[in-house]
Amino acid sequence: MTLANSSSNSEAIQKLQPTGWMKYISFSLDHKVIGLQYLVCGFIFYLIGGALAGAIRIELTTPISDFMPRDVYNQVLTLHGTIMIFLWIVPVVNGAFGNYLIPFYVGARDMAFPRLNAVAFWLIPPAGLMLISSYFITGAAESGWTAYPPLSITSPAAGQIIWIISVLLLGGSSIFGGINFIATILKLRQPNLKLMQLPMYCWAMLGTSILVVLSTPVLAGTLILLSFDIVAHTGFFNPSLGGNVIVYQHLFWFYSHPAVYIMVLPAFGLVSEILPVHCRKPLFGYTTMVYSIMAIVILGLVVWAHHMFTSGTPPWMRLFFTIATSFIAVPTGIKFFNWVATLWGGKISLNSAVLFSCGFIINFVLGGITGVALAQVPFDVHVHDTYFVVAHFHYIVYGGSVFVIFSSIYHWYPKFTGRMLNETLGRFHFLLTFIGFNLCFAPQHWLGLNGMPRRVAEYDPNFAFINQISSLGALLMAISTLPFLWNIIWSAFNGGIAGDNPWNALTPEWLTSSPPPIENWEGNAPLVTEPYGYGTINQEDLVEPTPESPSEESSQ
Amino acid sequence: MTTITPINEDSKQESTVIESHADHRMFGLAAFLIADGMTFAGFFAAYLTFRAVNPLPTNAIYELELLLPTINTALLLASSATFHKASKYLKQTKNGLCQRWLMITAVLGVAFLTSQMFEYFTLPFGLTDNIYASTFYALTGFHGLHVSLGTIMIFIVWWQSRNPGGRITIENQFPLEATELYWHFVDGIWVILFVILYLL
Repeated sequence: MTLANSSSNSEAIQKLQPTGWMKYISFSLDHKVIGLQYLVCGFIFYLIGGALAGAIRIELTTPISDFMPRDVYNQVLTLHGTIMIFLWIVPVVNGAFGNYLIPFYVGARDMAFPRLNAVAFWLIPPAGLMLISSYFITGAAESGWTAYPPLSITSPAAGQIIWIISVLLLGGSSIFGGINFIATILKLRQPNLKLMQLPMYCWAMLGTSILVVLSTPVLAGTLILLSFDIVAHTGFFNPSLGGNVIVYQHLFWFYSHPAVYIMVLPAFGLVSEILPVHCRKPLFGYTTMVYSIMAIVILGLVVWAHHMFTSGTPPWMRLFFTIATSFIAVPTGIKFFNWVATLWGGKISLNSAVLFSCGFIINFVLGGITGVALAQVPFDVHVHDTYFVVAHFHYIVYGGSVFVIFSSIYHWYPKFTGRMLNETLGRFHFLLTFIGFNLCFAPQHWLGLNGMPRRVAEYDPNFAFINQISSLGALLMAISTLPFLWNIIWSAFNGGIAGDNPWNALTPEWLTSSPPPIENWEGNAPLVTEPYGYGTINQEDLVEPTPESPSEESSQ
Repeated sequence: MTTITPINEDSKQESTVIESHADHRMFGLAAFLIADGMTFAGFFAAYLTFRAVNPLPTNAIYELELLLPTINTALLLASSATFHKASKYLKQTKNGLCQRWLMITAVLGVAFLTSQMFEYFTLPFGLTDNIYASTFYALTGFHGLHVSLGTIMIFIVWWQSRNPGGRITIENQFPLEATELYWHFVDGIWVILFVILYLL
């Protein structure tokens, strides 16, 4: 009875929505469609942002400003940062994988607010197009992704205002998504599923969404005040009118430091899903993982002023924020050692997903070490606004989040499409990306320590050779995208048939067909209380769940 | 040891034909209001920092008149009470009385907005005079925007709770409850705003 009714219900739902590839450009309410919309849309913006990064590296190959005019360089720099953060990493690690996986993990048919979910996605393409088209129409914003006043007040107003409107739309999208994730995880969970039985990605998304809901509105309010300064000539952040630029920095970093965790916490969660599957071992230290995520959420909200050690912050503030920032190394270190312990002694299959996850662990530790170093005031004052900061930041968001995005695509592509990716191309992609990335960003530590400022088009000729090495790395990274692009497009039509569960994974998204039906499961949702029970429970029971089996273990 | 079991079918019998889950819209609204409150928190933090750090220009000293904002506070607090009364009457299926108290609430909201406009026109400073003036208008203006939106929402739920024919009934209270929660939130923000803008 249940099966018959739910299938007729699913037919009724399917009638409401376009089918085939058309559904991916429709206002679909299906969380799986929306997740892939986020992923593909984000990847297109990643290619655009990557092209801009390439333009920056070409300009920096020579010490003189010869590739593009200086104001264009500033616009390219601003667009690169804004696109990569707000249109690629935040929407993809949160929106794409969150939408696709969270309803499976909590055992729901969809997100708590499907319509709000679709609205949240469809805010992104117009905001991105508006941001990019501002370059061709009025000239894009020129004040960097931080838009510090008074620079942002004195630079050309039209581009800056378009930038503000875009970021407000993207922030709104992010808040709507965050509310949806919190409601889905806390309220749509199966009645018998306890919070401490959830896959780790749910915890990561819960923590991230709390950060989104608490901090993004502050950025929105700040940008509204900034737009008043630009349009109505008020003086909130304009010192010549009695305003205070430091207040902008405080409010901006109250969002933008948590934004780093908004980009990296979901990546932590995704790695925690991928490693146990391919190592055939339970995730090491589940409880400590949960508490360290929550510790990062709380600490992440009270460390923002470490971006402002050179802004005349008083000594007590420097002391407090140095200590608070250093503390973040503790929960992050716990997570790092838990991943290593998960790998330790496991039957690791070194496929592309695991390679990218291991690449993430290596890069993230390097970025974390420079992060603790940057939290110390004397060191920060020395390297502030140099390429050392650029190197650190890219080790976190590219070496961290982007590596995890690639790892996740290799891991979940069979579920998305029902077909396997080409493993050889995947490993080639990893090798090129890993070498290119480290070649590009490791030398920038040296540049920064020796005093090359960031955000410049011209620099001391002594830095030329290291910059050329860095540009070579960027070229490798650009080339590395080609095998990946070929792989995802070719495999969508010609890849081997994946089957429901090619990795023999235990998490609920693998207990349905690939790609999943519109209601996620034919019949009732399975109750998975041990998502990481590899090697500890009978595998046979898990791969083929019997819908008729009684729920005697549900109270455990 | 079985770890995967279907949901107990007896408890989910109704979920088979039209899969309906419990209504989480109030939860979502509460989360949104926390986010909205953080916007105000950012504004308040900015205002308090300006006050603490940036000296007031000597030619810009002004005293805010307290009478009108006190009346405004009373109007908004009274409107919270009248809204609560309206939703109580809805729960007793007395739609007529509910509509009457909703209208009183809406009138109080309009009175607040009128009084706020009157204050704006009589103040001795403009938006761009100095950062205190700018912050004053930004804070009260952003709050006024919320009150305007809330008043429009009250008019809409007033129209929808007519009997017969309205869609707000004892079975479908969500539009009224949501508007009420939002209205209490806007009132609470005003109380904080009144304390730090006018009394401090």
